[in-house]
Amino acid sequence: MKPIYLDNNATTQVAPEVVEEMLPYYSTFYGNPSSMHTFGGNVGKKIREARAKLAELIGAQPEEIVFTSCGTESDSTAIWAALRANPDKRHVLTSHVEHPAVKNLAEYLGRNGYRVTFVPVDNQGRLDLDHLYSHLSDDTAIVSLMWANNETGVVFPVEEVAKRVHKRGIVFHTDAVQIVGKLPINMADNTIDMLSLSGHKLHAPKGIGALYIRKGTKFAPFLMGGHQENGRRGGTENVAAIVGLGKAAELAVARMDDENTRVKALRDKLETSLLSAIPNSMVNGDVASRLPNTTSIAFEFVEGESILLMLDEYNICASSGSACTSGSLEPSHVLRAMQVPFTAAHGSIRFSLSVYNAEDEVNQVIERLPPIIDRLRKMSPFWAEKERSCQTNA
Amino acid sequence: MWEYTGKVKEHFLNPRNVGEIENADGVGEVGSMACGDALKLTFKVDGGIIQDAKFKTFGCASAIASASALTELLIGKTVEEAEKLTNDHIADYLGGLPKEKMHCSVMGHEALEKAIACYRGEPDKVQAGNVVCECFHITDLQLERAVTDHSLKSIEEITNYIKAGGGCGQCHDTIQGIIDRVNGTLTEKPPAPKPLTNIQKIKLIEETLEREIKPALMQDGGDIQLVDVDGDRVLVKLKGRCAACAMSQITLKDYVESKLKELVAQALTVEEVVS
Repeated sequence: MKPIYLDNNATTQVAPEVVEEMLPYYSTFYGNPSSMHTFGGNVGKKIREARAKLAELIGAQPEEIVFTSCGTESDSTAIWAALRANPDKRHVLTSHVEHPAVKNLAEYLGRNGYRVTFVPVDNQGRLDLDHLYSHLSDDTAIVSLMWANNETGVVFPVEEVAKRVHKRGIVFHTDAVQIVGKLPINMADNTIDMLSLSGHKLHAPKGIGALYIRKGTKFAPFLMGGHQENGRRGGTENVAAIVGLGKAAELAVARMDDENTRVKALRDKLETSLLSAIPNSMVNGDVASRLPNTTSIAFEFVEGESILLMLDEYNICASSGSACTSGSLEPSHVLRAMQVPFTAAHGSIRFSLSVYNAEDEVNQVIERLPPIIDRLRKMSPFWAEKERSCQTNA
Repeated sequence: MWEYTGKVKEHFLNPRNVGEIENADGVGEVGSMACGDALKLTFKVDGGIIQDAKFKTFGCASAIASASALTELLIGKTVEEAEKLTNDHIADYLGGLPKEKMHCSVMGHEALEKAIACYRGEPDKVQAGNVVCECFHITDLQLERAVTDHSLKSIEEITNYIKAGGGCGQCHDTIQGIIDRVNGTLTEKPPAPKPLTNIQKIKLIEETLEREIKPALMQDGGDIQLVDVDGDRVLVKLKGRCAACAMSQITLKDYVESKLKELVAQALTVEEVVS
C-alpha cells in the first residue's frame, strides 16, 4: 500500500523524471568530468546544464552555484568561509530556531572562542528584529538565519535583514533548505551573500546540496582538494545526483504554481478541518508568513509519538515536535523558543505536503485523526482533569 | 523510529484496563505534563488480593504499553507479591524496551510503589531528598537508588532509566558524582560502624528527621518534631495532618522508626508524645 506521505519537510519522493535523468550517469556515462577525453567531457557538459537549471530556479548566475553533498555541508562551508575571511571578527549572530546544522555549529563556536548571539522569536515564531539589529557590532563576522523554518514553515524576512546587515559590512548567509522549490526566490533582487539548499527537499535524491555564493563574496573552501567547482569544493563530482538536482530544479520551476495554489489549498483544508473537528488544537507559528505546504498543529493533553504511531497504522506519515520522537526528553527547541506551553508542545504534529499529494489523502487524515486524538485524550489523566475543571467553571 | 517489540505495539494499540477505579484502595500518580509523560494507577484490594487495576497515561507508545502491562501483572496478585514487582518485570513482560525508553517501565514501578504506600497509609518516599535534576525534578535519593537498583554506570544510562540529566544538562557533574560515590562504596567493604556518642546520635537523629523524614511527611501535609532522646528511645510529636491521621501509628513505626534504624542506629525505637 502506498503511504500517505505528509512528511515532505523531512525528505521528498525523488521525482520519476529525476530518476530517469540520473540513471544513464550510473551506467552508460560514467566518465570523470575532469578527464581530457570526449567521454568524460560530455559528462562535464551535463553538469554545466544542471548548474544552469539550478541557477535559474533561484535567480542566480551559474558560476555562483557550488555543488556540495548536503544542506549541512553548505551551511558549514558558508559559516566557516565567513569566519576565515574575517579572522579579526569573533562574533556570530543566528537565531534560536535554526536547524541543528547551524545551531550545533554555532554552539560549538560559542565554546571555542567566538561570541554567539541567538536572536529570540515571539510566540508566533517571528524573529525579534530589534534584538537582532541591536546586537550587530563591528566584531560581527556573519549573520546566519534560516529563510523558512522546517518545523513551523514560518518565513523570516531575510532579504530585509540582509540589506541592513550589509550596510554594516557583515556577511549574510541563509539556510534556505526548506524554501527552495516551495516559494519563488530571486537572488538577483536581494543582497544575500550565501545561501544553502538541499536536493532531497525538492524531489532530487539525498546526498546532494548546493551553496550559492554571490560574486565578489570572500570565500575559502571547506573541503580542500582538486580544482572541482572552480576550486571552491574539492572532490570528484557526484555526477548522477547533480544531474538529478538540475532536473528537480527544472521541475520545481514548472510546478511552483501548483505548489502555491493546489498544494496550499490542500494544506489549508487539512488545517481548517482538523482545527474545527478537534477541540483544544491550535496552529504553531505565524500563519501570515508561512510556506504553502507546512502546518504544525498542537493537540493539547496528548503526546506526539502516540499520535504518530496510531497514524502509522493507517500508513499516514507525519512528524512531531514531541520529546519522545526526537530521542531526547524535551520537546523541540523550536517550539520551546516560541514558548509553546508543555501541554501543547508534546502533542504537536507537523504535516508537510508536496505536489504529489492528492485531495483523497488529505481527506483520509481528516477522517482518521480526530478519533485518534479522542482515544488518546480519554487515556490521558490530564484530559479528565481539564474536563472536570471546565465543568466547574461552567 | 523506535524498534518496539510486537508486544509493546500490541499493548499500545489495544491497552488493557484503561480508566480510573472510583473509591480505589490504592492510588499512585507520577510524572507531569512538563516531563512529557505521566501515569495514574488505581487498584482495588479485596481479601489482600488486587482484584482490579486501571491506569490513565499521558505519554508515548512505550509509556502506554508499560502501564497496560503493569495492570495485567497486578491483577490477581496479593499486595505483598505486587510489592516485589520491579520495572524489569514490566519490561520483560513486553519482550523488552528500547534502552532510551526504560524510564517508561520505571515510571510504572514508581506509580506502583506510590499506590501501595497509599494503600497502606504510608507517606510518600519517592520525593524525599534534594532535587538534583531541576528539569525532571529528580532528587539525590532517587538517583542513588536508581544507580544501586539498576547497576547504572553512566549519565546516559541514568537518563534512560529515570530521565535525570536529559534536559538542560546542568546537573551532569552532580549526577556523575553520585554515580562515582555509590559505585565506589559498593565495591569497598562497608566500614564497621563505630558506636555513636550521645551527642553524635542526637545530631544524626535531627539530621535524618530534617533531611529524610520531614520532607516525606510534608508531602502529605504532615510534620514531625523531635521532643527528646532518652537512651535509644526517640520521643517525637506528630503535627499537621499526621496528628489527626488514623494511620499515624503505622507512619511512626513503619516509616519513621525504620528510617532512623536504617540511618542512625538499629537499637532506636520511636514513641509519640501526646501533649
